[in-house]
Parts: sequence; structure tokens; C-alpha cells
Amino acid sequence: MHPAPSVIIFTVLSGAGFGLLFFLALGAAPVFGLAALLLWGTGYALAVIGLLASTFHLGNPQRALRAFTQWRTSWLSREGWASVGALLLLVPVALAAIAGGALPPVFGLVGAAFCLATVAATSMIYAQLKTVPRWNYWTTPALFLAFAATAGAILTGRNLPAAILSAALGVVLVLSFRLGDGRFARRGASLGTATGLGRLGAPRVLAPAHTSSNYLMKEMIHVVGRKHSRRLRWIAVIFASVLPLLIMLFVPPVPPVVAVAALLHLAGAFVARWLFFAEAEHVVGLYYGQRGPEGGTAGGG
Amino acid sequence: MTYRQPKLDTSPKVSDEVRKTTCYMCACRCGINVHLKSGKVSYIEGNRDHPVNRGVLCAKGASGIMQVTAPSRLRAPLKRVGPRGSGAFEEIGWDEALELAVSWLKPLRETAPEKLAFFTGRDQSQSFTSFWAQGFGTPNYAAHGGFCSVNMAAAGIYTMGGAFWEFGQPDWDRAKLFILFGVAEDHDSNPIKIGIGKLKARGARVIGVNPVRTGYNGVADDWYGVTPGTDGLLILSVIHELLKAGRVDLDYLARFTNAPCLVDEAEGPGRGLLLRDKDGKLLVIDKATGKPAPFDRTGVRPDLGATHKGARTVFQHLAERYLSEEYAPEAVAGRTGIPAERIRGLAAEIAHAAFDAPVVLDRAWTDFRGDVHRQMTGRPVAFHAMRGISAHSNGFQTCRALHLLQILIGSVETPGGFRFKPPYPKPPEAHPRPHSGFNPCRPLNGPHLGFVQGPGDLALKADGSPARIDKAFTWENPMSAHGLMHMVIPNAHAGDPYRIDTLLLYMANMSWNSSMNTAAVMEMLTDKDETGAYKIPHIIYSDAYASEMVAYADLILPDATYLERHDCISLLDRPICEAEAAADAIRWPVVEPDREVRGFQSVLVDLANRLGLPGFVDEEGRAKYRDYADYMVNHERRPDVGPLMGWRGNGDQTGRGAPNPDQLQRYIDNGGFATAHIPDEAQFFKPWNRAYQDWAVSLGLYDQPQPYIFSLWSEPMQRFRLAAEGHGERQPPEHLRERVARTMDPLPIWYEPFGEAAGAAYPVHALTQRPMAMYHSWGSQNAWLRQIHGHNPLYVPTKIWTEKGFADGDWARVTSPSGEIVVPVAHMAALNENTIWTWNAIGKRKGAWALDPAAPESTKGFLLNHLISELLPENGDGMRWSNSDPVTGQAAWFDLRVRIEKADPPGEAQPAFGAIASPVPPARRNRP
Amino acid sequence: MTALPPPSARKLGLVIDLDTCVGCQACVTACKGWNDQGYGVPLSDQNAWGSEPSGTFLNRVHAYEVQPDTGPAQVVNFPRSCLHCENAPCVTVCPTGASYKRAEDGIVLVNEDACIGCGLCAWACPYGARELDGAAGVMKKCTLCVDRIYNENLPEADRVPACVRTCPTGARHFGDLGDSESAVSRLVAERGGYDLMPELGTSPVNKYLPPRAKGADERVDILAPLLDVKASGFAGWLDRLLEKI
Ligand SMILES: Nc1nc2c(c(=O)[nH]1)N[C@H]1C(S)=C(S)[C@@H](COP(=O)(O)OP(=O)(O)OC[C@H]3O[C@@H](n4cnc5c(=O)[nH]c(N)nc54)[C@H](O)[C@@H]3O)O[C@H]1N2
Ligand SMILES: Nc1nc2c(c(=O)[nH]1)N[C@H]1C(S)=C(S)[C@@H](COP(=O)(O)OP(=O)(O)OC[C@H]3O[C@@H](n4cnc5c(=O)[nH]c(N)nc54)[C@H](O)[C@@H]3O)O[C@H]1N2
Ligand code: SF4
Ligand code: SF4
Ligand code: SF4
Ligand code: SF4
Ligand code: SF4
Ligand SMILES: [Mo]
Repeated sequence: MHPAPSVIIFTVLSGAGFGLLFFLALGAAPVFGLAALLLWGTGYALAVIGLLASTFHLGNPQRALRAFTQWRTSWLSREGWASVGALLLLVPVALAAIAGGALPPVFGLVGAAFCLATVAATSMIYAQLKTVPRWNYWTTPALFLAFAATAGAILTGRNLPAAILSAALGVVLVLSFRLGDGRFARRGASLGTATGLGRLGAPRVLAPAHTSSNYLMKEMIHVVGRKHSRRLRWIAVIFASVLPLLIMLFVPPVPPVVAVAALLHLAGAFVARWLFFAEAEHVVGLYYGQRGPEGGTAGGG
Repeated sequence: MTYRQPKLDTSPKVSDEVRKTTCYMCACRCGINVHLKSGKVSYIEGNRDHPVNRGVLCAKGASGIMQVTAPSRLRAPLKRVGPRGSGAFEEIGWDEALELAVSWLKPLRETAPEKLAFFTGRDQSQSFTSFWAQGFGTPNYAAHGGFCSVNMAAAGIYTMGGAFWEFGQPDWDRAKLFILFGVAEDHDSNPIKIGIGKLKARGARVIGVNPVRTGYNGVADDWYGVTPGTDGLLILSVIHELLKAGRVDLDYLARFTNAPCLVDEAEGPGRGLLLRDKDGKLLVIDKATGKPAPFDRTGVRPDLGATHKGARTVFQHLAERYLSEEYAPEAVAGRTGIPAERIRGLAAEIAHAAFDAPVVLDRAWTDFRGDVHRQMTGRPVAFHAMRGISAHSNGFQTCRALHLLQILIGSVETPGGFRFKPPYPKPPEAHPRPHSGFNPCRPLNGPHLGFVQGPGDLALKADGSPARIDKAFTWENPMSAHGLMHMVIPNAHAGDPYRIDTLLLYMANMSWNSSMNTAAVMEMLTDKDETGAYKIPHIIYSDAYASEMVAYADLILPDATYLERHDCISLLDRPICEAEAAADAIRWPVVEPDREVRGFQSVLVDLANRLGLPGFVDEEGRAKYRDYADYMVNHERRPDVGPLMGWRGNGDQTGRGAPNPDQLQRYIDNGGFATAHIPDEAQFFKPWNRAYQDWAVSLGLYDQPQPYIFSLWSEPMQRFRLAAEGHGERQPPEHLRERVARTMDPLPIWYEPFGEAAGAAYPVHALTQRPMAMYHSWGSQNAWLRQIHGHNPLYVPTKIWTEKGFADGDWARVTSPSGEIVVPVAHMAALNENTIWTWNAIGKRKGAWALDPAAPESTKGFLLNHLISELLPENGDGMRWSNSDPVTGQAAWFDLRVRIEKADPPGEAQPAFGAIASPVPPARRNRP
Repeated sequence: MTALPPPSARKLGLVIDLDTCVGCQACVTACKGWNDQGYGVPLSDQNAWGSEPSGTFLNRVHAYEVQPDTGPAQVVNFPRSCLHCENAPCVTVCPTGASYKRAEDGIVLVNEDACIGCGLCAWACPYGARELDGAAGVMKKCTLCVDRIYNENLPEADRVPACVRTCPTGARHFGDLGDSESAVSRLVAERGGYDLMPELGTSPVNKYLPPRAKGADERVDILAPLLDVKASGFAGWLDRLLEKI
């Protein structure tokens, strides 16, 4: 899949934002006043910037409100509702914290649930797609939730949970790479089933339907070199998981340390998310004879 | 909850108006419905009532709208202001343009009319353009047939009075076996596809014989991946098998062919000609009496096995020849690349389909001898073939071999077989002979092109030198019925046989894809003599688009597009008839041009009037025709016979009748075409069928019945051979004597294509194919089609692919005896193991067609033409023969031999030429 | 409307005969031509005469090569457009309801006025049947020519999709696959019509007819010679042959 910057920014930042808000809502960082403004502000900023970035991916963003209508069936619509719900529900909680007070925990709990739902819904947008076998797996929600939670824990400066979550994220990330690598083949779709010609013998592409590119090829077919992706997998794991883990284990959570850990983690998250898209293969690539790296890569990271 | 969905208007208005005319993106000439919204073309679909396409359209036809809106369209007449080839022009007015043309042409006509050479591409008005050239008085006129497929046309006409494509078609509704030789797409584009669809729907068998298995060959039930240039051998081997098994249609051969005619074997000038009676009628031996009788006498039963005074029948000659072991499957398997068992299988399939389940129609008919046949019995094996067998230097004889096969099994003009389309059948004798007698201020002494009967008809001057600039109808290629367009520029440049002054070209991209050795042609067009003048002093060109050729002309006469002008698809020329009906058609301006362009035919009428050409002006010099539309209605070739057959006289006559001023409107009202159905009893056996002959006369196709028998033995060829053997006044020059004697065999033969002379250093065959969705060079301006074919890979068979270690994305250097290209490759398994191929004419010159100079057509696309030379490598005697068939002069595009090796990817496909300046403004970026 | 309607009795769709399709691309441009001026916004082209052209098409024709166990490789042309799936994932993922499946005939459409151009439906479609228009930013897909097949301004015979009407070989068939007696259903039954990527559970309405078996005609025996010409001589052969007349 095309690793579109808008979508990467959207998922990484909003994921981190809702992760942070989740922890704040649960009262993980009992801060007040200016500190509260800063932390809650960071959470809101990440979530909102992420959500805004997602609209850059739209052909007609002016109609974006329509995306709220299909919550019964569409994960994208549900994500919209959940995110708006989370952002609205947590306003009083945040204001109370900034004002130096606190609301009954149930307010935070409900908001936190919405944060969680938002991230889960985002992940389901991808996980539901049978057309992208690598995504269409439990690893996708696990990955999104782990990223959100890790970011939230780091940003709230909670050493132990952050360390545990970082480690867990590392495990999930490695698993997602390893398990993802064979997914396409295991799903069973091949040029033979895509065309039904498998019954005759082994089909191969003779001529493309068109020599010029098109939306499908730009959007769904992205080929990353195997070596390249191996290196990036290492980088993703080290930055998103290993370095934050070490920092959280060994360095006290003073704000500059938290910031460094968070930035390292986010850098890793961006790389991981880039790979999440770039390594994912859509079955439509079969028609074009382009199976990208997964056809050959046995996994790295 | 109930399911909600938007309300939809499922009956939107489609358009304001529909105008019916004829498509132009190829010579198939389908009927189209042009939808207009607010006066603009909005949508084009096929016309369901049209005899050619029955409503369907191909990819080009269905995107015709792109032809009219193309940014490459020329806008006004252009006068060259920079050096030739630079593309620097200024736009001028029509009066200035026409006066300039007249200033060049008038003196020529008055002093040396042969110094005008007028050659046209695949235009569809040859009876008109040749009439113009005849009036001008130059012998130098032809259309593109010489480099296209004259082998097919001439072999068909000399053998059976018609050939494939425009001349005839398979009986799609009845054939049980259809065999296709060397066709990727062909002119009969939609009818072939409709036909294959019909065969498939009926579950009939389709066999493809082609080195490449794409398109039609892809859907074929079986595929013979023959080695290029060896089809003749394959066919003669099939004939060998059929003869050996006695699976030929003897009755048909005896009645309808010259198989029972007697070959004179007495030494002398008549040797090898057929015996005739004192009235010149061919003689046969009548089985009933055992005596000689004219072949067409009532009641005669010709004897195939007769011998008369030492003369044996044609049938015995041919049987003896093809039964020879040299044609046995084992003997030809190696050369053809087809195992002997497969050749036997092919023969068996043909015999089975032809004889084990003949098609019988309960339709009585009467033949030219007066014999009444109660039924029509047919051999349901149909063939079609085109350039794959004709574009080789042995193509004429190969096409003859295929016709011989068809005739031996009795499938020509019988139900389920091959059927002629009016005005065919028409034997060679019924065609004009070539004329080349010219004099200042006089029209030519007759039509330029035709069918020679012997050396006496050659277009030679008194001193024996060629009368025509292209050397058509000379000893180099005696039966060059369509001229040799590919030799015009080289000969004019070399001044051989003489110099010309003005080259007038019409819709032929001669500086690019329609020439061999493109780079050299560009040099010839720009080459200057000692005085600094161009060797070809004036070039006038009519194109509708900014093609590569535009840059090489001095004066451009921009044409209107097919939706903006009148055209005439005439029975005098190349009509759109079907086996069951005569049909012709028009184009008419369904929209008006939005710029200073004019239909070229009307421009020719204007020029003719300004020049006072006979046929166009009356005795007082007054113009007879205002424009082409006027000519279409009012011109008469013979009294009461004109360009259009429909609605003549007062509107109720077809074929014959006085000009009718309402004729064009009647065509428009009828959807742009006219049809005249052939009566049921006249629909088969046409060359011999009295009912058909009478119908043809009534329609004006000819003036009296002209039944004839097929020429398995070709006397015209034997006459040339006799000359080569030293008989008669006109004899070939010494260096051609042996070649004429060898190649002008009166029975089909196979010889190695001349391209094989390249030798072992060039072990691979290289071919091109037409893409179904592109028409030569002009599809690239079409924003839709160029997304489908924006560049062309060179397809390489598995054997070479692995041998040379190619991988996806690689490039190759391909070298022929005359050139080298470096191009992208792709792997293909369904391909003859010794053949590489690519799509034709996708490669574009930078700066042409209003495309971005970085367009893939110019950076990755390429032409094979750089590897093909118009002259063969020097011969032992120091002569260089043209790369053409020695019988007809057909360009031997597919003789090409090359070698191929892996190459470092260059920045862009090689050779790359500098950009030419575009005569039109750059295209806008997006559409709409 | 993003939920799928209850399965309709009428299931309009195409049946594409791979034994007959010659890959001419006529259906591609006929579709583009009709839909450029029909349902919804035009099908735009970017950089149309430039170095990297790209445009919206609703139907594309690929060429594949298949190597069977025995015999030479075969070439199969393969048209690809929306299959109007019964279990259309493209519909259920749509956040706006722009994508919907018609209750009455099963045609899957995009209501362009509601489409935000998020592209999710194109991601959900296994068959590459949806292309986001580069100019209008709305999702385009095969409409099964819903503006033709019921269009009372068209003659009855023309109420078929543009691609079907133009296909020169007749490789494209249009009809009701919900009716087992329809011509298309019978074709599917006779010729073994199949689904693409059945493993994804989309239940396409459109069906593909497989290429027929290729190779020599098994029913035909190799020709037996009339006589051994070498042994009996030409004269003997001729006598035997001419006896047959
Ligand atoms: N779409 C489209 N239609 C066209 C045209 C076009 O440009 N585009 N051009 C028109 C014109 S001008 C012409 S002349 C016709 C030509 O129509 P075709 O005769 O179909 O011409 P080509 O495409 O050149 O195809 C030649 C075929 O012959 C095969 N071939 C080559 N050598 C041999 C051989 O030795 N033996 C056999 N058996 N096969 C061989 C090639 O593989 C190829 O398939 O098409 C006309 N129709
Ligand atoms: N390698 C290789 N080369 C080949 C062949 C091959 O098989 N292989 N085939 C050969 C054959 S058979 C042929 S017929 C030639 C064809 O070669 P060309 O006849 O050169 O074919 P086109 O590229 O169609 O060029 C025709 C010109 O007509 C112009 N034109 C288009 N429409 C109009 C119009 O309405 N009016 C006017 N006045 N001009 C118009 C186009 O812009 C173009 O410049 O190519 C030959 N070249
Ligand atoms: S075959 Fe295609 S290009 Fe040729 S006339 Fe017919 S529709 Fe036009
Ligand atoms: S083919 Fe694709 S777009 Fe069409 S209904 Fe099925 S999933 Fe949806
Ligand atoms: S692109 Fe349009 S139709 Fe597709 S899912 Fe998004 S809103 Fe729905
Ligand atoms: S049915 Fe209509 S929209 Fe669909 S592919 Fe055919 S022409 Fe295009
Ligand atoms: S129009 Fe028909 S034959 Fe041509 S590509 Fe389309 S389906 Fe195949
Ligand atoms: Mo041609």
C-alpha cells in the first residue's frame, strides 16, 4: 500500500494523542494547572492534528461530516464518532484538571473508554480489509493499541507501565513483522485465483492492462526492497520499543527525559507505520503481477 | 429499518442529436452514431444497422472523440520557414497556400508532368486521387498498397479473382474450421472479431498459424508457431498430404479451375502456356467425347487426367510437383519449426472438416455452362491471412500457395468457405493494365495501376528504363499492382531512374513509421545538391495532425478530421461490401471545423480547377465540381455510373442512373450508407453463377457477364518466365534473368526469404504486430489510447530470454545488417523460440504529436524500422535489390533477421533523435 | 447506504467469456466514452499528453500467459471491472453511505454527491474495480451502465451496458444472474462459469467463462494415403484418384 504521509501522520499522531488522553483520563498523571494544560494540551493537539491530517487524504474533505452517518457498519465512521466522543467527553475532565480540581473518576473512565475505542476503530479500518492479508489479522489492533498505550505511558512519565508497554510493543511489533510475512500466501489469493486461470496452469502477466500508471497502482501497489525493509524494521523496533524501554527503566522521568523518550518512540512509530503501509500488499497487485516485498521477504526485524 | 438508497434518474437524456457517418481510424470503415450535445461531439457508438460493424466498435472507433479534440490537430496551412526537418513553420492563409502549390505544379504539368510524384497513404479515396493524378498527367501515382499488402491482393486476383479482406471474407455463419495465417488485426477489424465471436459461439474450431500467440491466435483452439517466412512450405506440405490421401475436390477442380487445362510442352515461345482454340478460348478434354473442347462449352465435362498431343493437364503438373518428397512433412518440419506429426494433423483436420461433413444448402443455381445444380455444396473450411504471409519476399508465392490449398479443397465461394464481396470476383483480365504514357499538358494515357498480363504491359520507357519513379512494373517487380511507395523517397533522392521536382504526399508518415530505415529517409528528405538546393526540391504534404512527417514538408495542407468532411467509400474503389450485399458509404461533416482546415479531397478539386486539369474542368476551362461533395454526386466514370451507387436517377435506382442532386441527403437519411442485396441463388459460386453475373451487370459492377475459371497455373507468370528464358522482345536484364525465371513460377513455390541472406550472424527473426487499440502512429495523440499503449517492450521468447540471462526491466541491443537499437525487453513464452517482436509504430519522435518531449512514446517507445533497410545488402554482382518481393515489389518488412544481447539501460531508447519544433501549441495538462 | 440490502432476486451482472475475448480494449474505451458524459462526473485524465499520463477507467483489460503442464503456453485476455458482489465489502466500509448496493437489482453504485473520496472502498475491493477520480476526488466505478439499461430514451436493443454493446466478439454478456433460466445463467451453467477470488467471500455476481481446452482435435485421425505414391508411381495414384469422380 502507498505509504501516504497524511495517513501515516494521522495514525501515528492520533494514536499517540488518544493514548496520552487515555492515561490522563485514567488519572495516570495527577497534574494540575499549567502542567495539566501542557499535558492535556499535548494530548488534544496530537489527536486533533492527526485527525486533521487524515482529511488531507480525502478527495472531498468539505463533505467530511458525512463520514459520521454510517456508524452501524463502517469502522471509519465509528472512528469518527469515537474520536469526537472522546475529545468532547474529556473536555470537562481536562478543564477540571487545569482548574486544579477533579471530577468523579467515572467521567475519566468513560472518556478513556472512548479513547480506547477510537484507537481500536482506527485499527479496525485496516484490520477489517481481507484484501490486505497482512493487516487482516489480530496483530493490527494489537499493534495500534500497543503503540497508543506506549506513547501514552511514556508521555505521562509512568516509568514502569511505560517500560512494560514498550517491551510489549516490541514483542507485538516483531510478531506483526514475522507473522505478517507469510499472511498473503496463507490467505490463498494468487494470480491463479484472482483470474481463475490457475486451473489451466501457472499464469503470469504478459502485458499490463495499461502502460501508464493509475490510481490503483499508485495507491495499492508499493514495492519496497527487501534489504531496505529489513533495515527499517530494526530501526522501528529499536526506536519505538528498545530505546524507550531502556530510558524508562534506567532514567528518572523528568520532563526532558520524557520528551526525549517520547520523540524517540514517535520516530520509531513513524518508521513502523511507514512499513505498516509500505509492506502491506493488496490483492489487486496480483492482477498487475506486482506482489511487492512479501513475495520474497522472509522477514527481518 | 427499511433500506434507503438515493433516487436515481435511470432515463437521462442521452444527447441533443445523433448524426450517422463512417468511422476513419482504420480502413474497416464502420458505421458510427455521433451524439451531439450543444453542437459538440459528446459520444460515439456503433451503428447497429451498418453492414460492416452491426453496432460494435473497436477501441479506436469508440474513442474517436479524442481524434477531434486532439491538441496535435493542425490549425491552418503552414509554410516552412526554417530548414527542412526543423519543424519551423508559419501559418498562412488558404489562398496563399494554394497559389504556392500552383506555382510549383503548373510549370511541371506544362513541361514535365512526371516530375510530380503523388503518393497517398491509407486514404480511402484512391479512385479519386488517381483520377486527379491521371488528369495531371504524371505516371507517378500510387497509394500505400505496395508497402502494405499487395502480395495478398495480387496473388488473390491473379489466382482466383479476389483475395482476403476487402475482396472477400470467410463464411462466418457456416464454417466449421477457421484457419488464420499471419494476422494480428487486419483491416477487416470488426468483421473478423464479429466472425470469430460467431465461430466461438457455435463451438467451431479456430486454428492460428503465427509465430506469436496473441489476440486472435490467443483465442484460437490450436496454434502453430511457425518460423517466419516458411508458411509457403507448410502449406505446400499440407497440400502434399491432401493429394497423397486423395482428399481434394475433383469435381470442383474440373469445373471451376484451370486444373483440366492443357499445358503446352512444346519447346518454343508457347511452352508452359495453356492450349487454346482459335478463338483464344482455353481448351480442356471433354470426358464425354474424349476430344478437346473450349472450357466453357455447354455440357463439357473437363477431364483432369487427360493428355493431348503430349500436353498434360495443369492438375497432373501440380500433383506431380507437390507429391514430390521435398514437400513431405518430414522434409519441411525442420525449416518450418512444425513437427511432421503436427503438419499431418493439420492436413487431417482440414480434410475432415471439408469432406466428412460438407455444408449443403437447398438452393438451386445455374453455372456458366448452363448446368443446373440442385444444391449448393460447400466445404466448411475457411481461411484468412494477411501480412504475416504477405510481408515477406516470398509472400506472393506463399499467398498463391494458400489460395491453391483453398481451391484444392473446393472451399472458395462455397458455403462454409471463403466468399467474395462485390465488386469481386473479378479476374485479372477484367482489371486495367498499368499505364505510364505521359506528355506535357496531357492526361496520362490511362489508369496508373493495374494487372500486367506479360512483359508487354511493363511500365518501361522506350530505352527499357523504368517509366515510374518507384520502378513499379519493371523487371525488378513485374506485377507491382499497387506501386512501391517505400521506394519513392530513396529513388527520388538518388535520381534513379530520374529526378523529380515535387513530392505530394497525403496521410503517410514517411519520415517515421511508414518508412524502412527511418533515419536514412530523414537524411534523404533534407539532403541538398551541390547548388545547396534540396535534392527533392518541393514537398507538399496533407496531414490533419502534427505528425513526424510534417516537419519534412515545405507546404502543409491541413486536413479536416473525419467528422468534419465529406468522404466517399465507393464501389469504384474500396467499398464496404459484404458477401451477401454490395454496399458503399459516405462521410459528411457532422460537425464544422473550428479552424482553418479543409478536407483534402476538396482541396484537390480546388487545385485541379486552378490547374485546369482534364476531367475537372470543361472545354471552356470552367470548374465542373465545386468541391468533393459535388464530385461525389456528379462525377460519372462511365455513363450513369458514379462514385456512389445508392439513390441514383430520381432516387429509385441503385448502381446505374443519372446523378441525383439529393443523393447525399438520401445517404445521410439512411445512416450514411447504401446496400444492395445479392439474390439468394447468386450468393455462392459467384464467378460461375449466372444469377450473380447478371446481378453484377445490373448493378454496374461490369457491363457484361464475365465468368472465368481460377488460375492454379498462372499464365502471366509463365510469360515473364518465358521472357527470362530468352523468348520475346522484352527480356529482363542479365542480372535479373535467373531471378525472374526462378520466382515467376506458374505454380506456387517456396523459396527462402531474401532476408535470410543476412546469415548466421543474425540468427533471430524480428517482427512487428498491430496493436488492436492503436492505428499506426496516430493513436498516440489519443489521451485514452496512449494510456493503454504508451510504450512498447520487445518480447523475447523463453529460449533466448534464459540464454541471454534477461530479467524483468532489462534492456537489449538489437542489431541487424543495417542498424542497431537499444530497447526494453519483456519475456513471452507463447512465442516461436527464434522470434522476437514488438508493437508497431508506438515509438514517437520527440516534439511530434503535441506530446511532451519526455513522453514514454519517445523515451521508451521505439520503432523496429531502424533495423529494416529498403535495400538488401550488396549482392554478388554489386547490385543492391530492394527489400521487396521480386514479383510484386511488396515491402518485405518481416524478412528482418537480427541478433540480440543484453545491454546497459541507456537513458532512453536508442536511437534517439533531437526534438522537432511543434507546429502546434503545447497541449494543456489535464482532460477534461 | 452502507448496510447491504437483503439479497435481491434480480442480480444484474456481466458474464465474460475468456475463450472469446481477444483483448481488443474496445470495452475499455467504450466504457470511458459513455461514462465520460454519463453518470456522475467525467472520467478525467491527468497529464493527458504528458510524460506520465494517468486517468480514470472503469474497465481494464489485462493479458496473461498460462503455461499448462503439456503443450505450448497460452495467452488469455482478461477484462476486469466491478463484479457487483453480493457480499460487497466496498459498501460496508464506506463511512458516508455514498457506496451502496441497489436493493432492486444488486448494482453497486457510488452516490458521488455524498462521497468524501476517502478511498476506503477501493481498499476493500479485491478486484481493483474502483478508481478515485484525479480531478473530482470522488470514487468512480462501473455502474453497470445503470443510465443505459433502463433508459427509455434509448431503443430497447441499446439498453445494455456500453461495453457489452461495443464488444466486437460478443465476449461480454449482460443479464440477470438471479434468474436461473436467463441466457447468462445458462451460459454459466454450460461453460462452467466461475468466481474470482472466491476465498475472499465477496460472492461476485459477474462470472467468468474459462478458456476451452486447446490443442489438436482429438476426433480427427491422421490422413491415410490413397496409395503409396512411391511404390505405385504417379500414374497409379492418378488412376485411383480419378476413379473417385
Ligand atoms: N488496430 C489496428 N488495425 C489495423 C492497423 C493498425 O495499425 N492498427 N493497420 C492496418 C493496416 S495498414 C494493415 S496493412 C493491416 C495489417 O494487419 P495484419 O496483417 O494483422 O498485420 P500485422 O499486425 O503486421 O500482423 C502481422 C502478423 O503476422 C505475423 N507474422 C509475421 N511473420 C509471419 C510469418 O512468416 N508467418 C505467419 N504465419 N505469421 C507471421 C505477426 O506475428 C503478426 O501477428 O492492419 C490494418 N488494421
Ligand atoms: N516496422 C514496421 N513498419 C511498418 C509496418 C510494419 O508492419 N512494421 N507496416 C507498414 C504498413 S502495412 C503501413 S500501411 C504503414 C502505415 O504507415 P503510415 O501510412 O505512415 O501510417 P500512419 O502512422 O497512420 O500515418 C498516416 C498519417 O496520416 C495522418 N492522418 C491521420 N488522419 C488523417 C486525416 O484525416 N487526413 C490526413 N490528411 N491525414 C491524416 C496521420 O497523422 C499520419 O501522419 O506502415 C508501414 N510500416
Ligand atoms: S475497426 Fe475501429 S477504427 Fe476501424 S473503422 Fe471500425 S471502429 Fe473505426
Ligand atoms: S467488485 Fe469491488 S467494487 Fe465491485 S462490488 Fe465487488 S468489492 Fe465492490
Ligand atoms: S471513497 Fe467515497 S464511496 Fe468510497 S468509501 Fe470513501 S466515501 Fe465511500
Ligand atoms: S457496464 Fe458500463 S460502466 Fe461497467 S464496465 Fe461496462 S461500460 Fe463500463
Ligand atoms: S471488447 Fe470484448 S473482446 Fe475486446 S477486450 Fe473487451 S471483452 Fe475482450
Ligand atoms: Mo498497411
